[in-house]
Amino acid sequence: MYKSVRMIMAFAAALLLCSTYTASAGDTLKIGSFLAVTGPASFLGDPELKTLQMYIDDINSKGGIDGTKIDFIHYDTKAKAKDAKNFVNRLIKKDRVDVIIGGSTSGNTIAVMDLVEKAHVPLISLAGSVKIIEPVKKWIFKTPHTDRMAAAKIFEDIKARGFNKVALITGNGGFDKSGRAQCLALAPKYGLVIVADEKYGNSDTDMTTQITKIRSTDAEVIVNFGFGKAPAIVTKNIRQLGVKLPLYQSHGVASKKFIELAGEAAEGVRLPAAGLIVADKLPDTDPQKRVLLAYKNAYEAKYGPVSTFGGHAYDALFITVNAVRSAGSTDRAKIRDEIEKTKGFVGTGGIFNMSPSDHLGLGLDSFHMVEIKNGDWVLVN
Amino acid sequence: MTDQLFQFLISGITVGSVYALVGLGFTIIYNASDVVNFAQGEFVMIGAMSAIFLYRAGVPYPFALAAAVLITMAVGMLLEKLAIEPAKNASVVTTIIITIGASIFLRGAALLIWGKDIYGLPPFTKDVPISIGNATLLPQNLYVMGGTALAVLAVRYFFDKTITGKAILACSCNRKAASLVGINVNRMLLIAYGISALLGAIAGILVTPITYTSYDSGVMLGLKGFCAAILGGMGSSMGAVAGGLLLGVIESLGAGIISSGYKDAIAFVVILAVLFIRPSGLLGSADAERV
Repeated sequence: MYKSVRMIMAFAAALLLCSTYTASAGDTLKIGSFLAVTGPASFLGDPELKTLQMYIDDINSKGGIDGTKIDFIHYDTKAKAKDAKNFVNRLIKKDRVDVIIGGSTSGNTIAVMDLVEKAHVPLISLAGSVKIIEPVKKWIFKTPHTDRMAAAKIFEDIKARGFNKVALITGNGGFDKSGRAQCLALAPKYGLVIVADEKYGNSDTDMTTQITKIRSTDAEVIVNFGFGKAPAIVTKNIRQLGVKLPLYQSHGVASKKFIELAGEAAEGVRLPAAGLIVADKLPDTDPQKRVLLAYKNAYEAKYGPVSTFGGHAYDALFITVNAVRSAGSTDRAKIRDEIEKTKGFVGTGGIFNMSPSDHLGLGLDSFHMVEIKNGDWVLVN
Repeated sequence: MTDQLFQFLISGITVGSVYALVGLGFTIIYNASDVVNFAQGEFVMIGAMSAIFLYRAGVPYPFALAAAVLITMAVGMLLEKLAIEPAKNASVVTTIIITIGASIFLRGAALLIWGKDIYGLPPFTKDVPISIGNATLLPQNLYVMGGTALAVLAVRYFFDKTITGKAILACSCNRKAASLVGINVNRMLLIAYGISALLGAIAGILVTPITYTSYDSGVMLGLKGFCAAILGGMGSSMGAVAGGLLLGVIESLGAGIISSGYKDAIAFVVILAVLFIRPSGLLGSADAERV
């Protein structure tokens, strides 16, 4: 008993030391992050953290942002919402960061939004859901395209090809469900009819049953929202059953892995993707091309194949850096105001134009519709 | 509608074949030691992953598959030797907990060795769909069904006709009596784990060209295989096979006819219903309780 009291006192003393230490560090910009570096969403958090570390080291070695060095504090949430909450609490109260970048998943971000709003710390999320920025929260921003934009981009293309009847097939993950909801909500706006709404489990091994049901409807195109191995199985099953309908996948499978897994069955599949995966195929006049190639080359020289997820972290970091530069201060409120004024920032996700009513600032043109041909991406015009 | 039904059945039987093999693996270890080995799903994953990486390293396809089966058997036997045998005086529940620990360990090891990526294997022969009426199936579906049937027959033969097989069954009936008549109980357990791992590896290799695999794909297959074994009656090898096929078909028909959103729920409701009516499972003997 006595011993444990002593332990607690020692711990409290240590905490006190920490907090005085952090408070005394004045002339640095403190960026905190809480990303899912390990755990089920590590394919998001891992490249995000590597990107942040690489560029922060680079900025610091070049003397910081106009002389202000960046102090980077990172916690790994393992994609657990409870951990995300604890770590963000720590970032705000103990580490007293000026800006927070994260989390990797929509769940982690939504879990901490109230906390961050109350503490008045600007946060730039790297997660997809439209719920993060709608309705607009004063201190919350994000850089990745929303699932609604992906659905809209797909529907735009379907409409342009003259189709009207859509069969939807989605998994049971958060990404899938959110994508499905956006598709159902957006379809009437584009004059499309959803004639089938099939579901599968993300660890399922066979979707021929669902596709057989789709085959018996009068659907003209199939849209699949999901990521991981399930979309590849769906794609193969569609081909196996001899279904000839055009297939759309979401930005969730915008990686070479999908082409590798689905093999020949992937030929002709269309999907909306951020510029990064088609960087070298963009015309030289594209304002994004230079930024994309620079990021891709820097990342691949150090870590191996680039992913769009790391790109979201790149965008968040440089939006922050630009905001600090134009604010000329590390004051949280001033940084927030400058982030909101971001105009014409060329990032990996597109060209960002934020406003008080739009805390993402990307238009539909930031997505490129690509088709898979001969095992590679081809831009669709 | 009949065309659709036929397609649902084909899908169900393919998926069910894998459940059956995993369920059979559960049954063999259960029969030998009354222990439910929760690392069974990991055997499936290890078989598939080793095959993939041997094949990628340039080993000819058939040899890669054979070597993967041997590697998995070695893992199964090591598991018995290093984790189960040292705890041979522990209660059944303790041993089951050890297998849960082993499954987490194997999953972690696979994550460290092979990473988090998803991998596939090429199909055994050309991937041209075969049409039967309006329904289609892949040659690989036939390999899955045929491979399962062969494995089941071989296991059946082993336990019914060979001395070793009968000795393993004797161990489960009465361990003390078995050792008194000169059966080496430890060795029989080792063989049982080896065969279970072998079945797991076969399941993994057969199905990966269709379903892909990753370090964590053993969890769900293990759970479904366990359900198959329970449904058929724990301890009955033919029961596990029937349970697996039935589970696959129920899932597929449930998804096809009722709603794909409730596919797993429908399957679990059926299992619960069966267990309420026949607690010993479909083919389990009613007097399974020993004193």
